[in-house]
Amino acid sequence: MKTKTIGRKPATPSTQLPKSPTGIQGLDEITGGGLPRGRPTLVCGGAGCGKTLLATEFLVRGAVLFNEPGVLMAFEETEKELSANVASLGFDLEGLVRRKRIVVDYVHVERSEVQESGEYDLEGLFVRLGHAIDSIGAKRVVLDTLEVLFSSLPNEAVLRSELRRLFRWLKEKGVTAVITAERGRESLTRHGLEEYVSDCVILLDHRVNDQIATRHLRVVKYRGALHGTNEFPFLIGDDGISVLPITSLALNHQVSTERIATGIPRLDAMLGGKGFFRGSSILLTGTAGTGKTIISCNLAQAAAARGERVLFFSFEESPNQIIRNMHSIGLQLEPLVKRGLLRFHSQRPSLCGLEMHLATMFREIADFKPHVVIVDPITSLMDLGTASEGKGMVTRLIDYLKAGQITSLFTSLTQGGHVLQQSEAGMSSLMDAWILLQDYEGNGERNRVLYVLKARGMKHSNQIREFLISDHGIDVVDAYIGASGVLTGSARVAQGDLEKAAVLASQQEAAQLKREVERKRKALERQITDLRADYETEALELRRIAEQVGTRTLLLGTERAASGLLRQADIKVAVASQGKRRNGSGAR
Amino acid sequence: MKSPKSPSTRCATPAKRKPLAKQPADEPILRLFVAGATARSSEAIMRVRQLCETELQGRCNLEVIDIYQQPASARDNQIVATPTLIIEFPLPLRRFIGNLTNITGLFVGLNLDKGAKLIV
Repeated sequence: MKTKTIGRKPATPSTQLPKSPTGIQGLDEITGGGLPRGRPTLVCGGAGCGKTLLATEFLVRGAVLFNEPGVLMAFEETEKELSANVASLGFDLEGLVRRKRIVVDYVHVERSEVQESGEYDLEGLFVRLGHAIDSIGAKRVVLDTLEVLFSSLPNEAVLRSELRRLFRWLKEKGVTAVITAERGRESLTRHGLEEYVSDCVILLDHRVNDQIATRHLRVVKYRGALHGTNEFPFLIGDDGISVLPITSLALNHQVSTERIATGIPRLDAMLGGKGFFRGSSILLTGTAGTGKTIISCNLAQAAAARGERVLFFSFEESPNQIIRNMHSIGLQLEPLVKRGLLRFHSQRPSLCGLEMHLATMFREIADFKPHVVIVDPITSLMDLGTASEGKGMVTRLIDYLKAGQITSLFTSLTQGGHVLQQSEAGMSSLMDAWILLQDYEGNGERNRVLYVLKARGMKHSNQIREFLISDHGIDVVDAYIGASGVLTGSARVAQGDLEKAAVLASQQEAAQLKREVERKRKALERQITDLRADYETEALELRRIAEQVGTRTLLLGTERAASGLLRQADIKVAVASQGKRRNGSGAR
Repeated sequence: MKSPKSPSTRCATPAKRKPLAKQPADEPILRLFVAGATARSSEAIMRVRQLCETELQGRCNLEVIDIYQQPASARDNQIVATPTLIIEFPLPLRRFIGNLTNITGLFVGLNLDKGAKLIV
């Protein structure tokens, strides 16, 4: 297994010391590749902080992963005890001994049996160690805990000179050695072993804060190499030690431009129409009962429907409870669980310390290899430690997830009121997108709204949207803006009705107007028809009168001519005067 | 590092040990572990031989082991310091580390009087 070199790389790798990878999660990152090859490393710490385990894991991993056989010289525990101790971590020490990958030599000096009777040296120890190394061609040696010799051999001066010789001898042998030692009161080790081992010193520590014990590891000294100098929390889990470095993770993870839908179309629309970026970290904050879990489950269901694996860390509800509750809004999660696309991991936050939770989560993630991770809610975890520890934990989790391009959704339970944005400020800087869920109170009811507070790298809606939780999931509805802000719930419905009524009224008015115009037009037309009829009557009358006049004139002329004939008058004069009179009568 | 002397030391003892091994189990069993033929080793061997011959009148089961030649025996007998003399019998088991310049403890261990008489 090649350890991922996520950490900073030294500027000149060619001049770098050769290193022996430990295979211990995180330690290789801190030390930039492992312990100095061919040199002794001192691991010191108080009782119960994991010295023996670290050393044993170094050996076992060396034998299993790096094909470097090892010798474990145990001064405190017998081979059987050691095997039993590390068996719980999945190390098959006995098997490795049988396959000649590891030699365990239990060195026991019974103080009561021993009597000094002159000059001596520790050649016996050298011979044993040398024999063990040669018998399997060991590359790694662990001496656990050498200091026991101080209490079992009487002459300290001899012991010291022999130890000096031992470390020189180990270097000459070219084996990478780990020497464990008890922590002293004022010095790193009780018997000042650090003066003999000067290449690399690792300090382990077990502290109790707020009733929760956390182990820490610090590389005090690493001659000739860059190393992380901070104190790193580490834990002893089911598969050995894992150190959880924060600072060794650089901000250089790959990013994706792929977008993933949230399962709520209108929410996608608010996020530039496409949803979140793959591999981004999303924060979902809200007070109690604003629907955080529901939105999370929607995202989970949408992802699983695309065939992605979703890991759901629940710190409040049991898986069955979540499944049942989501069933009530039409989200069927159980088939997804059965198909292995959705996995729940439910734990009470108070079960163990922050580091343990983190390690558990890391292990689950490494095991399940999800595309989407949901933590519901992250705030219950953060309550376990101090604010900085909590932030550190979230940072490490996000870094870890981002390195694997895993989309993460964290829900956060806030206390309500306007201070909530401030209280989340620390965490929000780590998040790529932040959606806020809120309760709107008014009109004798409580309604849910959501808005996108931030969404890095995408155009997003600035609108406050109300969302409804119905039998068929979440429905984001249009917001109505009233005089006093956003209208929600019944006020929104009322506003909707009002608007509908207004539209209806204006429609009716327009129809009325149209009818009026039509009526007027018809009236005018009627008038025109009447007038035309009048005119035609008049014209007829006129014609009739003209005809009458013509007839009368003719008749008159005829009568006069007749009478003129009768009276024997000059006919020509009579006809001429008759024409004048006709003209006069026409003007009448 | 091979000791030119160690084979001879080992050869010297079996001759004495063989017949003695058949003796009743009340005679002391001594084992001396040395690392090569250093001055310290030879001093220790010389002293323990002397002790066997003078104080115990040869009635002792002594084995001298060079751990360079039998490294596994160092592990089996829990040898850390050299030279180490183990008194396996009489019980309790005792280990004397050093070149045996100070052997008063040894007398107690072997239940020997200063007057060189075997008390057992």
